Amino acid sequence: VITERHRRYLPLAVTIVLFLVMYGTGSYLFEGFFSLQVFLNFFIDNAFLAITAIGMTFVIISGGIDLSVGSVIALTTMVSAALVEHRGWSPTVVIPLVLAMGSGIGLVMGLVIQYFRVQPFIVTLAGMFLARGLCYLISIDSITIENSFYTELAAYRIPLPHETSITFNVVIALVMLVIAIYMAHFTRFGRTVYAIGGSEQSALLMGLPVARTKVLVYTFNGFCSALAGVVFTFYMLSGYGLHAQGMELDAIAAVVIGGTLLTGGSGYLVGTLFGVLMYGTIQTILSFHGDLSSWWTKIVIGLLLLAFCLLQQVLTGRKRA
Amino acid sequence: MREVSFLRRWTAKHHFWAVAVLVLLLAYNLVADPQFFALEIRDGHLYGSTIDILNRAAPLMIIAMGLALVIATHGIDISVGAVVAISGAVAAAMIGGQLVLSGGTGMEDVTQSPLVVVIPCALGVALVCGMWNGVLVSWFGLQPIVATLILLGTGRGVAQLITNGQIVTIYYSPYYVIGNGFLLGVPFSLFIVAAVATVLLLMTRKTALGLFIEAIGINPVASRLAGIRARTITFACYAVCGLCAGIAGLIVSSNVKSADGNNAGLLFELDAILAVVLGGTSLNGGRFYLLGSILGALIIQTLTTTIYAVGVAPEVTLVVKGLVVFAVSILQSDRVKAALATSRSTS
Repeated sequence: VITERHRRYLPLAVTIVLFLVMYGTGSYLFEGFFSLQVFLNFFIDNAFLAITAIGMTFVIISGGIDLSVGSVIALTTMVSAALVEHRGWSPTVVIPLVLAMGSGIGLVMGLVIQYFRVQPFIVTLAGMFLARGLCYLISIDSITIENSFYTELAAYRIPLPHETSITFNVVIALVMLVIAIYMAHFTRFGRTVYAIGGSEQSALLMGLPVARTKVLVYTFNGFCSALAGVVFTFYMLSGYGLHAQGMELDAIAAVVIGGTLLTGGSGYLVGTLFGVLMYGTIQTILSFHGDLSSWWTKIVIGLLLLAFCLLQQVLTGRKRA
Repeated sequence: MREVSFLRRWTAKHHFWAVAVLVLLLAYNLVADPQFFALEIRDGHLYGSTIDILNRAAPLMIIAMGLALVIATHGIDISVGAVVAISGAVAAAMIGGQLVLSGGTGMEDVTQSPLVVVIPCALGVALVCGMWNGVLVSWFGLQPIVATLILLGTGRGVAQLITNGQIVTIYYSPYYVIGNGFLLGVPFSLFIVAAVATVLLLMTRKTALGLFIEAIGINPVASRLAGIRARTITFACYAVCGLCAGIAGLIVSSNVKSADGNNAGLLFELDAILAVVLGGTSLNGGRFYLLGSILGALIIQTLTTTIYAVGVAPEVTLVVKGLVVFAVSILQSDRVKAALATSRSTS
């Protein structure tokens, strides 16, 4: 008998099984795929995606969507690079500043969504173009970062057993994940987010702080995007207006593949982690294969997103007129 | 008092603000460049800045009309840019990128398939893209933003696949007519715009179809209970939008004589949404204005041309457009409308 509770875990279970199958297939097909370092590389290469996807998970659970994440990441890399390289500012000033900037962008979008009742996608779409436009205002070309703090942190490897290692970015992503899980399941804020996603009307009637929570969700997502941008800067060591193009699709895909309902109200951050791992597996399989071009990643991720959306429709049995 | 009521009657007209913005932009251009409206006939064709704006705005006008239908059903299609890239890629791939030089005259026209095959195929693929969106939205009940986001992401991948990741140059002059040619002295693309506009206007305004579309956008449940086949009509709107994007893709690829899977139609979705919204169609669905969308497209192209002419970096347009979307969507929101209504009734 499938109870409501089982139903809720089903997408997550499907994701984990699918991940294991894909990982197994990769290990069977390619020599050297089944190694701890390759597995750790999933995290190293996708730390920024994981951080954005964490913020996006909250947004989607609350029943909204944010299309601006990719361009906020790009803007963060651009502002960091311009301030550090051209203005000679210290990274200890620049990093808090860009984090505040990302949160500010999220805050403004959240306020517009909440107080003017504009659909989230249109507000965040405008935010997306605005942020990309601002990147180009700073510079049309890529700015390389040669600041020693960034280069040393980018090169620094934290040694792990069996001669493997991870970067500092992975630590940031994992710490963020732990904080997010705590926020989602052990705080009043998290419970309110789930309640709003389940039914905003009921949440209002229960006297929950709906307006404040919704604005905070977008602010938090803006913060996550900016943090992902900082991590991306460590990873790429440059600022560029074309960075993270189409990242919104990847982040939404990771969240939905991880079992979060697009209609809101249900989802797990652990699922999002598996969504990101799935993305990493697909990328790595394609790069091991060699013949297939990188745009296949986009196509496969798009199709997976579609498959999970349809799975959700079947499971929830809810259909729009 | 009579002047006030006169003013109010004019500003209350639907396209007043859009026309006013366009007139202001054109007036600015006239001041900055007295030759702005000058037209001359060269080789039997009309030339001039205004003709140039019209010609460049043609793809956007066509997309905006298709998108207006989708938005009227309370939907959205952000995959139009990707469909532009796909249809251009199909056309370029079928023509084949071979350059054959012949003595004296220069380039020889080479194509692997005749245009009568190429154009229907490219448009067919675009129609399939639109139908794909339509099926996901109307039959599977996916949110329009997510359904079309999938095509936005994968569509560019598909376009890259068709062109093998390269920019395919077209060396076939009959194809250039679509985006660069002239008919009776007027750019050929404007005839395409006129044809699309005529067909869509006849279909939506001379039959009940337009009313049905608006009914679905305002209240899908009520319209279904009233006996409107909401699913089929919603599906058709997305299909038409895909087709319109395909036509625009042909014009764009013909204009630049190549197909670029990465950059063709990039960020078109914002321009198209902006054009529709400036044209008076609300993002909340319901009433739609096809000619208003054309007007919106003209405003955007005039703005872009003006920004180029002023000498500001072209990237600034992105910031301006983003801000305009913010402003317009806030102005269209119920809260602001209600505030305006109370201030009008009390004054």
